[in-house]
Amino acid sequence: MLELKGIYKIFNRGTINEKVALNGVDLTLNDGDFVTVIGGNGAGKSTILNMITGVYSVDAGLVIVDGIDVTRMPEHKRAKFFGRVFQDPMTGTAADMEIAENLALAARRGKRRTLKFGVNKKEKQAFRELLKKLDLGLENRLTSKVGLLSGGQRQALTLLMATLQKPKVLLLDEHTAALDPKTSAKVLEITDRIVSQNRLTTMMVTHNMHDAITYGNRLIMMHEGKIILDISGEEKKNLTVETLLHKFETVSGTEFANDRALLS
Amino acid sequence: MLAFLESLPGAVAQGIIWGIMAIGVFITFKVLDLADLTVDGSMATGGAVFVVLTVAGVNVYLSLLIAFLAGCAAGLITGVLHTLFGIPAILAGILTQLALYSINLRITSGASNTPIDFRQYDLMVTLSDINRSLIVGGIFVVAVIAVLYWFFGTEIGHSIRATGSNPAMARANGINTNRNKIIGLVLSNGLVALSGGLLAQYQGFADVNMGRGAIVIGLAAVIIGEVIFGKIFRNFALRLLSAVFGGIIYYIVITLVIQAGLNANDLKLFSAIVVAIFLGVPYWKSKLKFGKKVSAQGGADRA
Repeated sequence: MLELKGIYKIFNRGTINEKVALNGVDLTLNDGDFVTVIGGNGAGKSTILNMITGVYSVDAGLVIVDGIDVTRMPEHKRAKFFGRVFQDPMTGTAADMEIAENLALAARRGKRRTLKFGVNKKEKQAFRELLKKLDLGLENRLTSKVGLLSGGQRQALTLLMATLQKPKVLLLDEHTAALDPKTSAKVLEITDRIVSQNRLTTMMVTHNMHDAITYGNRLIMMHEGKIILDISGEEKKNLTVETLLHKFETVSGTEFANDRALLS
Repeated sequence: MLAFLESLPGAVAQGIIWGIMAIGVFITFKVLDLADLTVDGSMATGGAVFVVLTVAGVNVYLSLLIAFLAGCAAGLITGVLHTLFGIPAILAGILTQLALYSINLRITSGASNTPIDFRQYDLMVTLSDINRSLIVGGIFVVAVIAVLYWFFGTEIGHSIRATGSNPAMARANGINTNRNKIIGLVLSNGLVALSGGLLAQYQGFADVNMGRGAIVIGLAAVIIGEVIFGKIFRNFALRLLSAVFGGIIYYIVITLVIQAGLNANDLKLFSAIVVAIFLGVPYWKSKLKFGKKVSAQGGADRA
């Protein structure tokens, strides 16, 4: 379970570029929730993930995972709670290292690293089985450098890495935004399968309204650093892009401004 | 030509000793993606510690081990300045290097040059017995590469490689990138000081200036090795070996140009130019190649 209490974040405070990124965010994710997060340009979608994972520190507020206050915990220590996939396919993997080595690094998230071998035989066999399920032909390329893979392959691999150690919360930051439509659909399909099979508590930021409606059991809309809509249950199931846009305009008093969301 | 052939074994021996230093540079420059200038100081520290201890009656192997540890300590200082105090890596290295100049003079009680006579001490390598130096140097190289190959294959070693390859990914996977940078800097400078201890034995003295420009020679060795052997040496152990080969080639070339009449005073200028060319050419090559690729694609589109 994840709780955010009164999160505030201002970038470049006191300068001409001052930007209120998060303006009092309260959110509770229940175990098993699959929440999609949507919002306009600069609404604070990615910032909220960076606050949760500790990439940036919060100006005010609390981040609580499983009852533990992690607000002041450094990023690498909190990593044991979270699996992460990033927008840029380059960010989630180490390009100079082999596929098996990347998976082995992720398998040790939150564990003490010792002078034992970095990848053992038993693991390699397990990795091969898991890669086979991705159906991308990666199971025979365990010793290939990840830098040789396509963007879609890298995102699928990152997803696998993020979930090797079952995370308390899986955080997906527009992880299909940099992919072509076909690859994007495939990665989303893999995402949905992994999330439902492992019953993962998930937060997926997306710019695609259709995806935000299709996936998950709960939808959050952000605007100017605040959560302005929180829809779940039957209401979420019956959502359409039109009703969502209408709701947004009613609540925010402006038009939905996200060039990519409107184009897709 | 004859003179060159006669001086070849000496050049190779010197190249092997500097090759160990180049392995240290490889760890920071290639594995961690850091430019660490501490090495100019820690090279001389290694030489000074070794000579002073040996002259004081300490066993040569123990002296070399302590020289290694002194280098580790220098790397630790740079690592702490960089990670804990947020000083850019290059500047942190320069600060440590500068401080080491004074410390090295303290170690040698103020002497800028401290001799060590191979007739009085049982040295591992020496100019007066090049065959022995080649064999002992070779053994050191094999041992160092074997240990590093094992280490970078462990869980901790993997996490250090990930830190250099992609720090954001490393942190997302629970890796303490600051700690790993410190481990890398410690290990690297330990090896550089070990090389300094061997070099002092080989040349018969420790000099407070013996590390001046060491980073450039180390980089030259790493880059020459990579350019020449990069296509065939993919394995991590072989990549380390190619840095040693780079050091040997560097010293053969230096011997050649000095015998061709280059003033020894111009040597550092020559080294700097060589490294600048080897660093600059791959950049321009990739730039030009990229330009070609784009135009070729454009043509294919229109076809």
